[in-house]
Amino acid sequence: MESILYGVQGFMYPNEVELQWSILIVLYPFITGLVAGAFILASLERVFNVEAVKPTYRLALLTALSFMLVAPLPLQLHLGHPERSLEMYLTPHTTSAMAMFGFVYLWYLMAVLVLEIWLDYRKDIVLAARATTGWTHKLYRAMALWSDNISERSLEIDDKVGRFITIVGIPSAFLLHGYVGFIFGSIKANPWWSTPLMPIVFLFSAIVSGIVLVMLMYMVVSWVRRTEIDMNCLDTIARYFMYAFIIDFSLEMLDLIHRIYEADESFKSLNFMVHTKLYFSQVILQIIMGTVVPILLLALVQLVNMSAAARKGLYVLSGVLAMVGIFAMRWNVVIGGQLFSKSLLGYTTYKMAFATREGLLPSLLLLALPFVILYVLVRLLPPWPAKPEANEA
Amino acid sequence: MMERFKDREHLFRMGALFLGALALFMVLRAVFVPKGFGTYGHYREGALKDMASLPLHYAGRHACEECHSDIADARKGSKHEKVACEACHGPLAVHAADPDKLKPTKPDAVKLCPVCHTENVAKPKGFPQVDPKEHGEGKPCGACHKPHHPEIA
Amino acid sequence: MTTDRRDFLRSAGALIVLTGAASLAWEKVLAGEPEKAPNYEMSDHWWAMLIDIEKCIGCGNCVRADKAENNVPEEFFRTWVERYHLPPADLLHPKEEVLPEVDSGKEGGAGGFPERYKAGDGSKNFFVPKMCNQCSHSPCTQVCPVGATFESPDGAVLIDRSYCLGCRYCVQACPYGCRYIDPRSNTVDKCTLCYHRITKGLTTACCENCPTGARTLGDLKNPKDPIHEFLRTHKVQVLKPQMATGSKTYYNGLDGSVR
Repeated sequence: MESILYGVQGFMYPNEVELQWSILIVLYPFITGLVAGAFILASLERVFNVEAVKPTYRLALLTALSFMLVAPLPLQLHLGHPERSLEMYLTPHTTSAMAMFGFVYLWYLMAVLVLEIWLDYRKDIVLAARATTGWTHKLYRAMALWSDNISERSLEIDDKVGRFITIVGIPSAFLLHGYVGFIFGSIKANPWWSTPLMPIVFLFSAIVSGIVLVMLMYMVVSWVRRTEIDMNCLDTIARYFMYAFIIDFSLEMLDLIHRIYEADESFKSLNFMVHTKLYFSQVILQIIMGTVVPILLLALVQLVNMSAAARKGLYVLSGVLAMVGIFAMRWNVVIGGQLFSKSLLGYTTYKMAFATREGLLPSLLLLALPFVILYVLVRLLPPWPAKPEANEA
Repeated sequence: MMERFKDREHLFRMGALFLGALALFMVLRAVFVPKGFGTYGHYREGALKDMASLPLHYAGRHACEECHSDIADARKGSKHEKVACEACHGPLAVHAADPDKLKPTKPDAVKLCPVCHTENVAKPKGFPQVDPKEHGEGKPCGACHKPHHPEIA
Repeated sequence: MTTDRRDFLRSAGALIVLTGAASLAWEKVLAGEPEKAPNYEMSDHWWAMLIDIEKCIGCGNCVRADKAENNVPEEFFRTWVERYHLPPADLLHPKEEVLPEVDSGKEGGAGGFPERYKAGDGSKNFFVPKMCNQCSHSPCTQVCPVGATFESPDGAVLIDRSYCLGCRYCVQACPYGCRYIDPRSNTVDKCTLCYHRITKGLTTACCENCPTGARTLGDLKNPKDPIHEFLRTHKVQVLKPQMATGSKTYYNGLDGSVR
């Protein structure tokens, strides 16, 4: 008993001392956020005709898919009985946000991401099927659903349908990550989570994280392939990064200001928590280093003339800081929401292990896995034409 | 007309894939959803039976009084009348079902009585509470108080 | 002294009725058929719990009995007792909010409450037993993704251990902190209102073993149940009423400081 009570200040209900949701549940909204954000950036070109970001369109989609495939894994690792997870699809409880999210996830994966990628790549898949032999040929044929038709008319139809799917995909992406926010925001028992702002804050920080991911991927991939970065594309992406971040920051500050002003019964306890247990991750990492500094750096780029190299450097710096800040935001919501007692009279500590099922090591591996999948996808479905001189401008 | 279909044919293949997946889902539902799910609400009907058929460990005072009616009578009118037998004697469902299978041992009053009667500022004022070290001049509780009829005459 | 006689007649009458029902059910148990006794109809009952703060002596019998009856894991609690200590008024700083000091003794109350306060220091002290509030609009069943936790037709909130995924969403959703994950089965667990006892006409293990009658099981559908009269004549509250959980655990003498 004593070992469990170590790290408890004040009073916690006896069953609350150990945290229920670990770093795996921090990872999960982070990953689905990246998916939603990357997709929304991709759809900027398709639906809103922002031509400048076209070079990143396919990369953004493949990145979204890689992360989408990994998203359920932290959940499976966390469940007490992962072998029963099919129950969520077979007997979903319609009042449970978690259950309905299973369908939102499935819808988004199959009817949006996979369909859109398939339609955009279909010509390349069929051409690849024609140009290869053996198992690779069989694979490409299967991916083409054994169709060989890439006539102009069929590609026109693909484009129209693809456009329609992207239009449907944008609210679907909003739903995907807004829902994750709602999973937390709808819990009236937890005052740190329960706010109607939660889905919106989650969504906008997801958009930022997705934009940053695609931006950084584009820069890394261009560096690896030794191709020139389209600065117009990069500058446009960075502007969207900044706009989205300003909205996100305003929403987070609104939540904070609202709490401080209303100062309801939970305020004293939560305020103490933010000033002590959550000080480093919330004030330093999330707010100052993770949001304010990147926004200032991005604003600097807009206000001051600087060379492409300088801009690239600032984009990388603000991008990395933003990613850390957004991960910290997920941490502060999930872990922070469990560090204080529902009696509002005490606090506990999160003891994160390293090499256990819910420890740091599996989390790091899960964060790395999408890049492995992305590598395979990029090999199978290159986002850029094979000839180096035909680099899209 | 066939030309038009030809250029859309791949979409129908994808559509067929989706329908196939839906059919698979329906099959999985039919096979894996437990019998009796949804009878009373969104849960498995059998869970009620599972919950109701867990083993008993406490027999309940009525079971005790069925055989030990003399003690039940002796306790009438005493301050301990409302205290259940097993509150002091521990879980005895096994004994009630088969008296010879488990013979309960007499609880040690010196350990048992202070559990309720040690004074504590959080206890209601009217409740009889003492300092076990000082009360009774070091004599065991049983020297003056009979557990089934603790009032001193 | 007419009240005593009336009380006695009432409890004797209850004894006869309950003995009749219980013995019928008990026969089934003795005969090795531990399923619900044939005369138990779910639609005849709507279970509730009455906790009388003025009677609780913090003996921890309920916690120990519950552990013995329901195979509760050592580190977790289906029921526990809290001790509240409200310091005396600070006359020099009257505006400052006075927070209660709360603890649950040793092992949730099962190991007793070592004295740490002095009598006569002007403080307010009392015990508060806690348990699953058996909510009729329970937030825990609302969030369960698969239907592994549910409200039975007779008003008990129960768990289907063979169906639970162990996602812990319900643990997060409970405002009272009464749920936990049983590490032996990796499924969720909590107070079941001793469903296996109440469906046989017995009372819960905690009520059975409470020496002062601070805990009593109530059946709101039974017009003769004493809970109706009690609720009518006493000032009774539920925990966290603003959450509108439909809690059916009624507290008599609940102080405003109780969390």
